Amino acid sequence: MADPLIEARALTKRFGDFVAVAGIDVTVRPGEAFGFLGPNGAGKSSTMRMIGCTSPRSGGELRILGLDPDTHGAQIRSRLGVVPQDDTLDNELTVFDNLLIYGRYFDLSRKVARQRAEELLDFAQLSDRAKARVQTLSGGMKRRLTIARALINEPQVLLLDEPTTGLDPQARHVLWDRLYRLKQQGVTLVLTTHYMDEAEQLCDRLVVMDKGRIAAEGTPLQLIAEHSSREVVELRFAPDRNEVMADKVADLAERIEVLPDRVLLYADDGDAVAETVSQRGLRPETVLVRRSTLEDVFLRLTGRTLVD
Amino acid sequence: MRATAYWTTTYKRTWRGSVSSSFLRPVLFLAAMGLGLGSLVDRNGSLDARLGGVDYLTFLAPGLLATTTLMVASQEAMWPVNGAVRWNRAYLAMTNTPLQPRDALFGHLVYMTFRAFTVAASFVVVMLLFGAVESPLVLLAIPAAVLCGMAMAAPMAGYSVALTSDSGFASINRFVITPMSLFAGAFFPVGQLPPWIRPIAYVTPMWHGVDLCRGLALGGIGLWRALGHVAVLGAFIAAGTAVAAVRYRRVLVP
Ligand SMILES: Nc1ncnc2c1ncn2[C@@H]1O[C@H](COP(=O)(O)OP(=O)(O)O)[C@@H](O)[C@H]1O
Ligand SMILES: [Mg+2]
Repeated sequence: MADPLIEARALTKRFGDFVAVAGIDVTVRPGEAFGFLGPNGAGKSSTMRMIGCTSPRSGGELRILGLDPDTHGAQIRSRLGVVPQDDTLDNELTVFDNLLIYGRYFDLSRKVARQRAEELLDFAQLSDRAKARVQTLSGGMKRRLTIARALINEPQVLLLDEPTTGLDPQARHVLWDRLYRLKQQGVTLVLTTHYMDEAEQLCDRLVVMDKGRIAAEGTPLQLIAEHSSREVVELRFAPDRNEVMADKVADLAERIEVLPDRVLLYADDGDAVAETVSQRGLRPETVLVRRSTLEDVFLRLTGRTLVD
Repeated sequence: MRATAYWTTTYKRTWRGSVSSSFLRPVLFLAAMGLGLGSLVDRNGSLDARLGGVDYLTFLAPGLLATTTLMVASQEAMWPVNGAVRWNRAYLAMTNTPLQPRDALFGHLVYMTFRAFTVAASFVVVMLLFGAVESPLVLLAIPAAVLCGMAMAAPMAGYSVALTSDSGFASINRFVITPMSLFAGAFFPVGQLPPWIRPIAYVTPMWHGVDLCRGLALGGIGLWRALGHVAVLGAFIAAGTAVAAVRYRRVLVP
């Protein structure tokens, strides 16, 4: 197997007494799309910043492209592309100037920077906005521009911290399509997200992260197979009735979760469970049978939902 | 300096306004205070030895040169520095590239030096037009004013980079910049202040800058006195830059 591009052992980040990343092991290999799935505050951004060499680690081992960030930070960064959680575009400047200046930071000649900027605008579907000020772009366009900018040095690894948070569904799909294209071209992607659909769409392999620790690791399918049943029946009863009703259906499923607004029954044959619920005359307001998702995996592992 | 490229690009959007204001400001100040106020000061006809034996306009002009340059340079080291962390996050974009926090700092300081230079140079041009100059050494007052400006801007950048609210700038303007420009010798000699307060003026970069610029514009400053001022201003820049480099690192790569 090819040498890993990113290798972390017992990687730790502390801010004073607070432990944001509590000793994680991660290996990312060339060409992979690797994800960190976890809720706000899980330590995803802190991890990404250590990998991006903009935050020194507090403990553990870390090698990026075979190099130590403590001693070769600039050298590593010259071969990474970074899409930070919060945009760092300049709103006052034009789309094109934002790309050019960023290229200059990598010491690209003006000519090369121009040429790549034009290609990347094309890739980001922003060619017609080249002379527009960034201020005038929509959220999705800004995000695409940030991705284009991160590619200006032709990086070996692209780090994306919550690439679609705050975007509307359509803009998210456009973005996923662009990222999928990069993946096809063989760019290694490392991304964080708290959307299970994003993780399922984009990631070959992922870790579920919570409170600075890794709770599980695998492909989306492996994780679901290991930590959840094949199907889930969602029952919604009248408000305040969920707890009571849960007792009356608990025997039908391998596992049951009672959320404030619904009851989840985990079973391999969801339709059969739904059938029995109806035979018992329990009359939930809504019944939904669906496949298990990473959301269910997260709930199983942490007892909490991903997005609150 | 790769990081300077960012600031010069933003400057390209605003340079027209900034160039015209760097000429307009000295014209207005010298007309109002040098000529208007000066006509009162100089009324008794005999030129006052405490003003170096020149008319008030000629006394005031190099003081205003130093003050104005210091103000412009330190303004550039306030909001733009803080904004590069908190608003447009230009510094954060830089740190995701091979640039280090210290490159972000040096790149910005180079740009501030350039801004200080344009302000000082246009100020001296206006002084020449007003005839408020006694010596060709006034040309050296341009780099002297730039030194004075950077002596304040370098430590200011270190202060601004870590501010998490705007109120810090109001206090700095109120308690440092404004008193310094009023009492450090630009408008009247420090010798007119009560003796116990003078030492405070002497430790400000402003006084060293004012005295140096005035000595050069009027001629007749001693070499050692001039070098002394340059050394003090240089020390402010060196110490300010060193402190700023540490604070930039702490803020930008936590
Ligand atoms: N610079 C910092 N100083 C102090 N605490 C921080 C800093 N950055 C992050 N944290 C804390 O570390 C925890 C993890 O944050 P983060 O890595 O941003 O999580 P995520 O990206 O998964 O939402 C949070 O509780 C956050 O408040
Ligand atoms: Mg985050």
